[in-house]
Amino acid sequence: MLQFLIRRLIGAVVIMFLIGAFTFFLFYTVPQDFAALSCGKNCSPENLAVIRENLGLDKPITTQFWEFMTGIVAGRDFATGHCAAPCLGQSFSTGEFVWDSIMDRFPLTLSLTVGGLVIFLIVGLGSGLLAAWKRGTVADRVVSGASIVLSSFQIYFLGPIVLGIVVYQSGWLDNPKYHPFTENPLTWAAGMLIPWAVMATIFTAQYTRMSRSTMIEQLQEEHVRTARAKGMKQSYVFFRYAWRGSLIPIVTILGIDLSALLSGAVVTEFTFDLAGIGRLAVDSSLTKDLPVTMGVMLFGAFFILLLNILVDLVYAYIDPRVRLS
Amino acid sequence: MTTLTKTEGEKAPTGPDSFLSVRDLRVRFSTEDGIVKAVDGLSFDVERGKTLGIVGESGSGKSVTNLTVLGLHNPKSTTVEGEILLEGRDLVTAPEKELEKLRGNKVAMIFQDPLTALSPYYTVGRQIAEPYMKHTGASKKEARARAIEMLTKVGIPQPQSRVDDYPHQFSGGMRQRAMIAMALVCDPDLLIADEPTTALDVTVQAQILDLLKELQQEFGTGIIFITHDLGVISDMADDLLVMYSGRAVERGTVREVLRQPKHPYTWGLLSSMPRLGADVSQALNPIPGSPPSLLNPPSGCPFHPRCAFTGEVPGDRCSTERPPLGEGRDAACHLTAEQKQSIFIDTIQPRLR
Amino acid sequence: MSDNLTLPAQQGSTGASTETLLKVEGLTKHFPIYGGFPIKRKVGAVQAVDNVDLTVGVGESVGLVGESGCGKSTTGRLITRLLEPTGGRIEYAGQDITHAKRRQLAPVRSEIQMIFQDPYSSLNPRQTVGTIIKSPMEVNGIDPAGGREKKVRELLELVGLNPEHYNRFPHEFSGGQRQRIGVARALALSPKLIVADEPVSALDVSIQAQVVNLLQKVQDELGIAFLFIAHDLAVVRHFSQRVAVMYLGKVVEVGDRDSIYNRPRHPYTHALLSAVPEVAMDDETENRERIRLYGDVPSPIMPPSGCRFRTRCWKAQDKCATDEPPLVQISGNRDGHLTACHFPEEPTTEARSEDVVLDPALKALEESAGKD
Repeated sequence: MLQFLIRRLIGAVVIMFLIGAFTFFLFYTVPQDFAALSCGKNCSPENLAVIRENLGLDKPITTQFWEFMTGIVAGRDFATGHCAAPCLGQSFSTGEFVWDSIMDRFPLTLSLTVGGLVIFLIVGLGSGLLAAWKRGTVADRVVSGASIVLSSFQIYFLGPIVLGIVVYQSGWLDNPKYHPFTENPLTWAAGMLIPWAVMATIFTAQYTRMSRSTMIEQLQEEHVRTARAKGMKQSYVFFRYAWRGSLIPIVTILGIDLSALLSGAVVTEFTFDLAGIGRLAVDSSLTKDLPVTMGVMLFGAFFILLLNILVDLVYAYIDPRVRLS
Repeated sequence: MTTLTKTEGEKAPTGPDSFLSVRDLRVRFSTEDGIVKAVDGLSFDVERGKTLGIVGESGSGKSVTNLTVLGLHNPKSTTVEGEILLEGRDLVTAPEKELEKLRGNKVAMIFQDPLTALSPYYTVGRQIAEPYMKHTGASKKEARARAIEMLTKVGIPQPQSRVDDYPHQFSGGMRQRAMIAMALVCDPDLLIADEPTTALDVTVQAQILDLLKELQQEFGTGIIFITHDLGVISDMADDLLVMYSGRAVERGTVREVLRQPKHPYTWGLLSSMPRLGADVSQALNPIPGSPPSLLNPPSGCPFHPRCAFTGEVPGDRCSTERPPLGEGRDAACHLTAEQKQSIFIDTIQPRLR
Repeated sequence: MSDNLTLPAQQGSTGASTETLLKVEGLTKHFPIYGGFPIKRKVGAVQAVDNVDLTVGVGESVGLVGESGCGKSTTGRLITRLLEPTGGRIEYAGQDITHAKRRQLAPVRSEIQMIFQDPYSSLNPRQTVGTIIKSPMEVNGIDPAGGREKKVRELLELVGLNPEHYNRFPHEFSGGQRQRIGVARALALSPKLIVADEPVSALDVSIQAQVVNLLQKVQDELGIAFLFIAHDLAVVRHFSQRVAVMYLGKVVEVGDRDSIYNRPRHPYTHALLSAVPEVAMDDETENRERIRLYGDVPSPIMPPSGCRFRTRCWKAQDKCATDEPPLVQISGNRDGHLTACHFPEEPTTEARSEDVVLDPALKALEESAGKD
């Protein structure tokens, strides 16, 4: 198991390097003068040369790449100061270090993800289990029907409706806003409540359906029947035998969803006017602020790889066949 | 004659020692294609410490019958009629709570494929200990000791350490031994074995069958042994029930049914089966056609579309009238006793050399 | 039983031809296993088939029996070249096809056909029966007289299906009928050799006999040689003139049907035969020897040294662990009856004075029952 983990970590580092290299060369071979972009309207050739030098664009591309890569590991120096590791470069437009702007935004993205996750996991898995347990009854039909309706909703549709009712009409809550958790957990939660609820609603529907169908599948497994033939209680068979197997496909999807959310929930952020990683990504690509775009991409890739490894570890925890092979 | 058809299920041998009596059992599933009559008027008895073999091909209703005994069928899509009496208690109408107390305790089951029938998520020891704790109220420690004792009994090497292994770490034969240990852990009165050796290799099958027989001796367990393999049944069973299309078509002791079979279907099974002792120059005599659909079973005798001897029965009785299966040794066939005797001696027996 | 001793031998001599169609020498297939740390590399091999010799004569039916993991199916797939052999030599009609390339193989491919176990998954559900049977002719560019469709209808009739069902799909047929379609497909190219891999084991008993009879008819009438691979000893006995018994990738005994079934020498053949559950139709069947091995077949990844059966054998001695017994004719055996054993058994299957019971749990239970 430890060997497996080490092998996966080494693999992840290699893949990160390859992703970095690929995106770097892809972007920097684009025939576009980035110095001209950050130079502004009244750009004299002298200014351009200075900017080019400041951004390091005058150097050969391999040197630039080397500096970029070593920057991530060891940090690097720019004209504006030292950029500590992990240094993802400097924004063309604001001059801010990319890592710093990501870290500014990340608490919000993390809050959004974690809060939503807790809600949609509890409600989604719970209602799916309920529907599977009461399969064919009114409760099952209500849950299944609701999940189909809700999963066809979109955040940008549901969000404004909820805002309209809860904020503008009744004034029960203020407009969503991020307050750091460390300052006051209550205001933090109050500020995030609406985005959590709306995001979780959409995700819940998906997890309800998945939880119900994998559960029904598991309940038909022969070993589940064996457990019943031993005289074990229905509820015991349901949770101890069937549920465990049903978690494997759920964990797989959860890993994918989580890594997507952590690298920026673009639609949610725009709907509720929140400045998270997703917004940073969109803004940077609109302004062609390449270092930022690349930084956000690498940041997202990191989560994808991390969650992949975590998912494998969870598999091993759930299923001894994975653990012992 | 019509009255006989109706009362078919009601009369059946009630031995002094029969502690499981199934009377006129009818099991129907509703499916998208219609109603499947999986079991249609079945009656049988199991005596304490004896083995009843149930033999039949796929779709004969033999497995469904035994899931119904333990109430393991899907209650939503299945209707069960008739009586399943265990020591006089009717299990068809018994509440789930009461069935839970019986399962794994008084009545246990072994399934065909031990790889899928054991949970991959828990150790073999835990899976054996679970029913023991539930039914006897034993502590975790006692149950573990019992699990090791049972593993020893069924011949698992190093039971002290293998008790903590997962099923996938066992070989096929060892897994089935563990399954047997799990079924016998509460010393049940009745063991239902559904094709328990079909997934195993022949040398392993021989070990498991002998082991089951010996354990039956020691525990005094009654066994319902379900299989499609007449050779296995010949080795294992005391009494034999031949099923076709959800019905019992022949009943008797194993010796009676296999040496003097009376039903054309049993004749067909025996003469279509290659045997090590048979004459190789003798061609196999297959039963023509395929088993009927349970959605729309044939009228009258379900075997009549495949039967070679309907011509011997006057009129169209075979296709209109369901032949009754009488008490004790009998075959559900319209042929007269003399006809059965002479056809078997003149036509069938020469094929079986 | 007594007339059995002469009859099959006679049959064997009439059916078997002296001309060799397929000759397999030292056939070996090892599937590599990768593992290790930190870089994965080949750490071992599943020795699925190891040094197998086998011949099939023109029009002869040869049975290949053994339990799961003995390599019988792999052998079949190697011979039909669905798998690439690791070593050895496959000679078909005098031509070496061991490593023949696709193009060189083309003329041979049509002469060697295969029938698979599962009639449900080996037919494309989206093709009609006509297309399924016709496609081998199309692929090989064969135009029979009267056209391909006519040939397909003839084939359907030959295998006992209604030629009118040309345009039906596989799901409209029962298991037995699907296996007939599989036979018809195999016959479409007029093959000389059919490798049948467990062709009847997925079928119900009453249907099994229909397919066995069909295969026998095909063999007799069209003179096609068969390599009949199965785990069911009774079916193999019924179908095959010669039989090879495999254990853990090796042929341990081979010979004519009568020798293998009535005069076996290898302890494993004895154990296998004695384990077959036989319907007791008369008292004679009860006079068979009783051998109960212990445990399952060991893993082919690390097979036992020397004789691979020694770990489960009641006659094993030190020599068995060090020297691999060659497959030879033991004195007293008929011609062509070869056994790979240092300490062969008596050539009979009759009951012994004492049963061989290796299973300790079974032995303990039997002894305690005996005492009571």
